[in-house]
Amino acid sequence: MKWRSLGALADPSRYQDPLDLRGQDPSVLRSQLRAMVSIRMTEQHLAEKRRDGLIGGPVHLGIGQEAVAVGVSECLRQSDMVFGAHRSHSHLLALGSSVHRLFAEILGKDTGLSRGMGGSMHLWDQPRGFYGSVPIVGGTVPLAVGAGLAAKLKGVDDVAVSYCGDGAMEEGAVQESLNLARVLEVPVLFVVENNLFASHMHISLRQSSNATSRFAVANDIPYEVVDGNDVTEVAAAAARLVESARGGGGPGFLEAVTFRWLGHVDWRADVDVGVARSDDDLAKWRARDPIARLESAMVTAGHWSATQGETLRSDLKQQIVALWKQAMSDPWPEAKALMDFVYTRREGA
Amino acid sequence: MVDGERVEYTYATAIRAAFEYVLDRYPETFVMGQGLWSPWYVGDSMTDLDKKFGAHRVIDTPVSESACTGAGVGAALAGMKPIVVHPRIDFMLYAMDAIVNQAAKWSHMFGGQAHPGVTVRAIINRGGEQGAQHSQALHAWFAHVPGLRVVMPATVADARDLLIASVLCPDPVVFFDDRWLYDSVDSLPPVQELTLADEGPRLLATGNDLTFVASGFSTHLALCAMEELRGSGVSCDVVDLRVLNPMDRGPILESVMKTGRVIVIDGGWRTCGISAEVLAMVSESLAPGDLRCAPVRITLPDAPAPTSRVLEEAYYPSSQAIASAALRLLD
Repeated sequence: MKWRSLGALADPSRYQDPLDLRGQDPSVLRSQLRAMVSIRMTEQHLAEKRRDGLIGGPVHLGIGQEAVAVGVSECLRQSDMVFGAHRSHSHLLALGSSVHRLFAEILGKDTGLSRGMGGSMHLWDQPRGFYGSVPIVGGTVPLAVGAGLAAKLKGVDDVAVSYCGDGAMEEGAVQESLNLARVLEVPVLFVVENNLFASHMHISLRQSSNATSRFAVANDIPYEVVDGNDVTEVAAAAARLVESARGGGGPGFLEAVTFRWLGHVDWRADVDVGVARSDDDLAKWRARDPIARLESAMVTAGHWSATQGETLRSDLKQQIVALWKQAMSDPWPEAKALMDFVYTRREGA
Repeated sequence: MVDGERVEYTYATAIRAAFEYVLDRYPETFVMGQGLWSPWYVGDSMTDLDKKFGAHRVIDTPVSESACTGAGVGAALAGMKPIVVHPRIDFMLYAMDAIVNQAAKWSHMFGGQAHPGVTVRAIINRGGEQGAQHSQALHAWFAHVPGLRVVMPATVADARDLLIASVLCPDPVVFFDDRWLYDSVDSLPPVQELTLADEGPRLLATGNDLTFVASGFSTHLALCAMEELRGSGVSCDVVDLRVLNPMDRGPILESVMKTGRVIVIDGGWRTCGISAEVLAMVSESLAPGDLRCAPVRITLPDAPAPTSRVLEEAYYPSSQAIASAALRLLD
């Protein structure tokens, strides 16, 4: 009855063992591990630069949650339509987007993914399938339903993906979206990254149950609830739900239980800010690390070695430093950008 | 319809003709909103479109303004040309995030790369003792927001042609039509597609003594007032705004420079309304002395719509009140 309560899935002292990799393709695992480590190191770099005052705007980091986006992206293709929220670096990067252009965007540079007009909270890379992220909680959820509806009307089997958090479930627009998607049989996958917190508030203070999939049940939407720190489980569940949506089965709902190691925004752990966020819980969740659990299991299974792990990290470190440097020296937007993008230009109309 | 022949429409059937035109020619168009399969909600502005084009392209929706409008935005991002219909603006307020935070801003905040070219059709549906939550005309709110194009047709021709232009426009458009205009009649030539970005205020009547500036149903009132004033030997320019945002100020200023007198009529409230914007623009653009007398605004009083018919009569501007104000101005 995972839809009534998350039970052990929300208990950080559980699910700390290395992943069970039986039946997994080692080459897929390696690419998932690389993607997760790359996302984590990119975000750690951002945390440092924000702390050092080099990033002017807020960054909402998802360190500890990397397995969700990497697992979901495994079954997506370039023509699928992904929508994010305020904490979406991982959603974007898991689609293979450019770290350099993400850095440039966060620095407000013309070379950024959103031409320097969006920053960390407004990211866009439609050529990679990332249609956009915005910080209004639940804001993109109905948009994803519309994108899925567009695919259905066009008669193609693309799906839309709507990443949101447990807090978004409290928004009316999201509840409406679940119903609308089901009534119109829209191919959209709702991915709820349930990290148990909305900003500083624990889910127990905001909802009558910590299991958000009860809203899928209420709307008669097929759903799965998984350990969001197990990339293989996330990938398998997402693949089943996406396959159903592509085949005309309507929407799906994936609840991935996870935890962010940092506070709601920026580089601090914020144990003192969070209501019901303790050092003790954080330590346990860090032990439920999606990367360490995967990597140690891969080493045990002979799919990976400690040396490979070290090489990966030192290569990534070098790349990240170089890409950051490049982004720092990239040009700013021209002043005319302020008015140029309000409307489509007439010649384009 | 034979090419070149004029066909008679009401304002309402002209809107229907616009839907028919885009649904017929542009497979990426579809319509969604409440009441689209019912004769109750949208007058005869959409009759049987669902039967002609299919219920999958003319979608009567759950009671979910927010999700439906957001879905229109998302479908537009995915390459469709959706029209989201709100049979009453009052209910559309649930959709403010989709319109103001999402549709209006995606182009700008993604560096001109995203184009949520959704059309939101908002119907002003008031009078008949319906009261405060069934009567509002909130066009000024939307005209305040950069990124939205706000369209308010007053004539039968514009009801058809500006709706088509709105649907074909790559920017998000809020299109306000007014049920008090639905019985206006005109005969129209075949459709010629317009580029919305090129459309702006238009002079519907010319005169020398004063300028009326209005939009939507208020333009109709201004035209009636102009007729009434003719008997008193007064001739008026009537400037129909048509597109409230972005507003092309040129035709308004040109007329006011000529007549030296201006009355702005608006079916919304006075404070921070369209009439305030027009007069602020006029006063900052003209030299002292260009106006022969203080400008006048005729709007709703700053109060919610009443229900009692006696109060309703006092609430809404009439052409007689406009004509009287004009005569006082010329006195």
